[in-house]
Amino acid sequence: MPAPDEASPGPTTERADRTVLDARDISRALTRISHELLERNKGATDLVLLGLHTRGVPLARRIAEKIATVEGAPVAVGELDVTMYRDDLRSQPTRRAHRTALPTAGIDGKVVVLVDDVLFSGRTIRAALDALADLGRPSAVRLAVLVDRGHRQLPIRADHVGKNLPSALAERVSVRLAEIDGTDEVTIS
Amino acid sequence: MKHLLSIDDLSTDDIHQLFETAADMHDVQRREVKKLPALRGRTVVNMFFEDSTRTRSSFEIAGKWLSADVINVSAKGSSASKGESLRDTVLTVCAMGVDGLVIRHPASGAAVQVSEWVDAAVVNAGDGMHEHPTQALLDAYTLQRHLGSLEGRHVAIIGDLTHSRVFRSNVQCLTRLGARVTVVAPPTLMPSGIVAWSAAAGFETSYDVDAVLPDADAVMMLRVQRERMSGAFFPSAREYTVGYGLTRNRLALLKPDVPICHPGPMNRGLEIAADAADAAQSVVLEQVSSGLAIRMAVLYHLLAGSPEGGIA
Repeated sequence: MPAPDEASPGPTTERADRTVLDARDISRALTRISHELLERNKGATDLVLLGLHTRGVPLARRIAEKIATVEGAPVAVGELDVTMYRDDLRSQPTRRAHRTALPTAGIDGKVVVLVDDVLFSGRTIRAALDALADLGRPSAVRLAVLVDRGHRQLPIRADHVGKNLPSALAERVSVRLAEIDGTDEVTIS
Repeated sequence: MKHLLSIDDLSTDDIHQLFETAADMHDVQRREVKKLPALRGRTVVNMFFEDSTRTRSSFEIAGKWLSADVINVSAKGSSASKGESLRDTVLTVCAMGVDGLVIRHPASGAAVQVSEWVDAAVVNAGDGMHEHPTQALLDAYTLQRHLGSLEGRHVAIIGDLTHSRVFRSNVQCLTRLGARVTVVAPPTLMPSGIVAWSAAAGFETSYDVDAVLPDADAVMMLRVQRERMSGAFFPSAREYTVGYGLTRNRLALLKPDVPICHPGPMNRGLEIAADAADAAQSVVLEQVSSGLAIRMAVLYHLLAGSPEGGIA
């Protein structure tokens, strides 16, 4: 689950939103990421896509569909909640934990791709790596994000990026997805 | 919310939120590494002034699986047995920097009193004949998993109502979740003033088990608490079983797959026959694992967030 300052769909603000990715851009970015994953992994064997709550989950499913179309075989998808592993748990009101669901075959020895909407401070991904360590031992972990907006606070980088979006700290990047928000778009305000 | 002392502390939304968190905690029980770091650095003390196996173990495991430091203090072997007052014992323990206090005490109202003395979050793990909120939550959570929703479902609570804190908490919890509750007991074990209470709280009372069972969507048997009985509440164990026990014959009165609960420990052959305790629809052991999930959820919501956090 992204921190409030990391992905930021939230309520509409009074500031003007500028659309940086529309539905077709998002689809193209995910198609490219799917192909990159296949190329890097030399196929879909032993690949597990884990979407991070909330918007990483539908993104992981979309990438899995695209890979399945290309490869002609399904790819394992799961969802990962990192709420309990966040380092700001103590300083925030209690958050509701979401579901963690792994493919039946587990993640031991697999190439796990963490999928999230926005990469910002890197703290969500740090939490995800901790959560993964409790769940099993993947042979490798990769990171795919729709938007990398910079401002990293930890030595973490994405392997696959839909769009690099240099942004000011005060700016707000919002990802909206049809499955959750009824529309596909990335805006900055 | 800072403490969990009574079901009355929780709104319907709070209960649903706890159930959702408990469902996530239930998933953790199936993992190879049954540990979450949510309460790392927090200290929880289980203070049990009454004997307990499942509740104390459940709170201990719940705290440990959330990575809290957990210690157990029981009346036997503690300064309480040397005559120290409850207040002094509690304040001494809390002076060691305790974040959460899980307390069971034979006196009704003890948990509320303790919560007024300390800064730590207090969870009532059973106070006399008053309340046992986590038991009620785990019962309702278990039933909800079986029945889908409790809205409009008929739950029969049968047994020693007078001495039962489980019953008092359960009536509040189940009715709040929309269930129709009928409590059944012999007249001698029906709490005084229950007529006015049942009218105000919206549950029904009955002395006739056989009339209630065929319509029940869930059955909750209560333990006959002989240790709390100061007088003769029924002539003999045999007579109680014939009148109010869930016997093999009564099992046949139930609709198929009606879940049978018992908070434990069970007096087999008294309030519940072995046939019922071990029946396919018995959820007694499931209640235990649900209890762990519920207690993890409670500790998480009370202790994980900032002091201003917790359940809304």
